[in-house]
Order: sequence, then structure tokens, then C-alpha cells
Amino acid sequence: MNTPIPSWMRSESTALLLVLAVVMVVFGVIAPRFLSGGNFASIAFQLPVLGLLTLAMLAPILSGGLNLAIVYSANLSGLTLAWVLIQFGGPDAGVGSFLLGAVAAIIVGALAGAVMGATIAYAGAHPILVSLAMMIFLQGLGEFLTRGSDISGFPAFLQPLGHGVLFGIPIPLLIFLGVALLWHVVLAHTRHGFAVYMIGSNIRASEYSGVHTKRTLTLIYTLSGVLCAVAGILMLTRFNSVRVGHGEALLLITVLACFLGGVDPFGGFGRVFPVVLALIILQILSSGLNLMGANQHLSTAIWGLFLIAVMVVRHLAGRLALPDSWRTRA
Amino acid sequence: MRSYLRAHPSELWLTLVLTAMCLVLSLTSDQFLTAGNITSLLNNNAVNIIWAVGLLVVLIAGGIDISFAVAASVVQYVAITVFDSIGGGDWAIGFIVAGTLGILLGCVNAALIHGFRIITIVVTIATFNAFFGLLMFFSKGRFIYDLPDWWGTRVVLWEHQSADGRWAELNLPVLAMLVCIVLTWLLIRRTTLGRQLYAFGDNPDAALRAGIDARLMQFTAFGWMGMMAGIGGLMQANITREIVPNALIGRELEVLAAVVLGGARLGGGRGTVFGCLLGVLLVAVTQNGLNLLGVSAYAFKMIIGAIILIAISTSNISWGTMTQSARRAAT
Repeated sequence: MNTPIPSWMRSESTALLLVLAVVMVVFGVIAPRFLSGGNFASIAFQLPVLGLLTLAMLAPILSGGLNLAIVYSANLSGLTLAWVLIQFGGPDAGVGSFLLGAVAAIIVGALAGAVMGATIAYAGAHPILVSLAMMIFLQGLGEFLTRGSDISGFPAFLQPLGHGVLFGIPIPLLIFLGVALLWHVVLAHTRHGFAVYMIGSNIRASEYSGVHTKRTLTLIYTLSGVLCAVAGILMLTRFNSVRVGHGEALLLITVLACFLGGVDPFGGFGRVFPVVLALIILQILSSGLNLMGANQHLSTAIWGLFLIAVMVVRHLAGRLALPDSWRTRA
Repeated sequence: MRSYLRAHPSELWLTLVLTAMCLVLSLTSDQFLTAGNITSLLNNNAVNIIWAVGLLVVLIAGGIDISFAVAASVVQYVAITVFDSIGGGDWAIGFIVAGTLGILLGCVNAALIHGFRIITIVVTIATFNAFFGLLMFFSKGRFIYDLPDWWGTRVVLWEHQSADGRWAELNLPVLAMLVCIVLTWLLIRRTTLGRQLYAFGDNPDAALRAGIDARLMQFTAFGWMGMMAGIGGLMQANITREIVPNALIGRELEVLAAVVLGGARLGGGRGTVFGCLLGVLLVAVTQNGLNLLGVSAYAFKMIIGAIILIAISTSNISWGTMTQSARRAAT
């Protein structure tokens, strides 16, 4: 626990890269179509939505909390964009209305996050409870507004955003990688990022050392809401429709991906890069199993078992007095 | 009673809100204070309360459990296989089988938590996915309608026809709920084990030095939760008369919100059975009231979410103390 962060990051990433290599080799041998361009393209298109939601989950966990409202924040943001597009003629809406809608969506996501952050910071309520209440509220609001139905009929120019390829790389993946890079910079190289880690390590000590913890907490959840909005916009373009409850099953997977990526469940420790690696591993496991004829549910089970296996290995590694960095803090 | 409420501000506050709500509802709706409405309120919330008291024990011991609703579904599927193989069964066998299966699933969580020192939220999120994935894989998402006769038949314990000809009845799940409430109260309030659970949840370090067995604590808390999950699953299938693999998923978060609203502290060491009941009932009465007042069913969730949000921002549930004790548990 006293190891400086750089070496910690190195070993965490090394371990995950090793796992990634093993998974690739195993599936490369047993699933013939695994090492094909088509398979990697499908992984690249599936990863970004889960990836963006996981990044939205990351900062709250780093600060010692949790944001259980991410999926419904994304849904509500998507709904906002859909509403604006439909006001401007649905399939005939122009680029201007899309931009307006995207801004409105981001404002809605940020607002949901800001309310949560402020409640956590100023009322001193537990993040799990606050975000749970917000999740129930947003789900209810969405169901109230849509009556549980799908909303579709969007302009054709949105198609490339969800399905297009630029320089041989899927556009959703580019968006995700861009956001991940930005997120890495925010967390690792800004005042705000430093305050996030400090709050996660010890909220009282950071308050006494001059961090405006209340403002920082509010900002953490606001930015998380903004990321949800980006995920919501991407979901709209990917599925060409908006439905409240879309992606519901991803909620706990994002937490799983964060823990797999070595983020400390109590906050204070964790980086963007290993989390991205963890996401890639999860997606590859799922697509490899899929190619071998297993269904999505078996992948879900394997994801859960995989997380357990990783935690057990970390614990045993800690016992064998391997580098301190391997040891879990739980 | 007065000193009890003073020592438990969340319970006091919830009692006031709940009383006010019941008062307003009984004045604005002539349906609210009828035997039929109150009994159906109890019948419909029995399973949630059974789960809530189970979860309460885990929360008191400083843990959290996300996997119990899925575990209840797993119990339903395994139990029906067991009943088929022994040629039917009856209620006694049903309770024993469902309770035992639940305890076993709870012990899986406890073994991982204690054996490998993984924190509870990580373990239960992992087992949530593992249980659910395996359940959907092996059950192929199939619904089961042909329950054994005893299981699929409603057991009426008490019935009463009011003057306007409506029937009010209390069913078996309500009795099961009462037994679970009393047993949980006895466990946490009247046994040494219960006092140890509070101590362990409040400060694991101090508890260990005082000679409390950490393994016993985890297995008791998660075993109890598992038993409640199993019994809840058994009752749920009795109410709906069908087994649907993904019907209970998502309920865990609603129950968690209600229990924490009722004053149980995330991070351990605090929580009462009374508060836990108040938390579940507040949500239930709100929903019931909205229904009676003719509010669109689509608006229920939104209003309940808003009420919980307002409730937590006005009552003072301290987070600072929680992170401190969680950190102590970690190191």
C-alpha cells in the first residue's frame, strides 16, 4: 500500500496484459474465427458504450462512492436528444438540431449528476443510497415520459456516428478512446483529479489540507453525468432508438470492470489504463464464448467467476509476499 | 419508547412521516383504511420485508449484499427440481429445502469474503453475475408454471368479508414474514451472536481483539441473508404461482434503498428491525396511496424516487463515519 503509484500501475497493467494475452491465445486456438478482422470489428463496435459507462462509474468509485444511476442518466440524456430531434422533424432534422439536442442531453446528464453530487456532499448522505434513489427517480421519469415505449425515427446522418469507420477504426471506438484519454488526463494531471484521489483516500484529511471537498464531490458526479450523456448519445446512434431501460444489465458490469481493472473498492487508488484493459478482456471473453456457441448469459456468469478468480489470485499472491502492489486492500 | 426513538433519529423521523402519510391518506381516500387494502398491502410486501430483515443483518455486520434476489431465483429453480425428484413434498419440506439452499448460497458469499479477504460488495456483485448467468444458462430462460399443488395454492390464514361484500384475506407469506421478523429481532437483539454482529460491523478491528470470530460473523450474516432469500423466493413463487428466472432481478436495489432509508448504516454497526420495517412500509404506503389517489401508474417510480431523494437529503445519515469504519474494516 505504500508503494508509489507508478510501479503499482505498471504491475497492475502488466498482470492484465498477461491475462489478455492468455485469453487471446486460448480463444485463438480453440475458436477458429476468433482471430479474424470481423470479430475484432464487432468487439470494437460493442466496447464503447460499456466503456463510456465504466468511465462514468470510475471517478465516483475513486472518490470512495458509487454511481448507480449511470444507465438511467444515459437513457434520460438519450431521451432528451431524441425529443429535440423529433421537435425538429425526426428523420428530417438537421445537423444544427442534433448539436442542440446533444448539448441539451449533456445538460440533462450533468444536472442529474450535480443533484446527486450536491446531496452527497452537502447532506452527507451515502453515495450508494443517493445514486440508488436517483436511479429509481430517473427510471420512473423516463417511464412516465415514454410510457415504456421505444422512440425511433432519427435523421440518416447519425448513422455513421454509431456504425461508421474512420481511418479503418470504428467511430464509436474513436469516441471512446478520445474520452478515455481525456479522462486519464483529468484524473492524473489536474487539480480536480488529484482531489478525487485524496477524497477517496481520506475525505477528512483532504478537507483539513484545504481541498474544497464538497465542491469536488459535486463536480465528480456532475462529470460522471456528462459521461453518461455521451454514452446515451452513442447508444441512440448505435441502436437507432431510445428506450428507458436500455443497457440496464450493464450497470453492475461497469462496477465489475472497475474492480477488475484494479480500482480500490474503497477509493483512492485506480487508473484509467488498467480499466480499459479490463474492459477489453471482458469483451474478448464474451465474443470468444459467443463464437464457441455459448450465449450472453454464460458470458455473464464467466465474467462474475472471472472477477472472483482475479480477486482470489490477488489475495494468494499477497500471501506469497509477491510485490505489494498485487495485494488487495480488502 | 421515547428514549428508543431519541436514540434512533431515522426511526423517529420515519415514524412521523409514515403517520402523517397514513393520516392524510385515510382522510383523502375512503379506501385506505379498509381491511381489504391493509391486508393486500401486507400480502404484497411480505417478500420484500423478509428480504429486508435478512439484508439488515448483513448491513449490521458491515457488509452489503447485491446477490440475494438472484439467489432467491436460483433457490426457486433448484427447489422445484428437488421437489420433482422426491415426488412432490409439502410445506415443511419446502421451507427446509428453500432455507437450506439459501443458506448454502449465502455461505458461498461468506466463504469468498472470509477465505480470501475480498470485500463484500465485490464478492456479491461477482456472485450476482455468476448466479444470474448460470441460472439463465441452465434454465434457458424457461418459465415454470406447473408447481407442486401445495406450492402453487394460496394458503388463506384469515379472511373476512366486509359490509360492502369485499373479501380481505391474509395469506401464508404474511405469517412467514412475521416469523422472519421475530426470529431476526431475537437474533440481533437477544443473543450474544447478535451483539457480536453489531460490534463486528461497527469496528471489526476492536471486535477481533475482543475475541470475536470473524468467520462466524460472516457466515452468520450471509447465511441468515441466504435463508431469508430462500424463504422469500419460496413465498414469491407461492404468490405469483410461477417461476420466472429474471423476475426478481432488480428487486435487490429497491430493498436495499428501503432498508438504508430505515436507518441501517452502510458500513455496519447500526440498524433496527423496526426501522427496516418502516423503510419498506414508507415505500409501500406511498405506492398504495398514489394508486388510491388515482395517479398514473407510470408516475409511481418517479415519485418514489423523488421521495427517497428528499428523505435522505433532509434526514442526516452521516457518510463520514461510514467511510471511516469501512476503512478500518479494510486494513
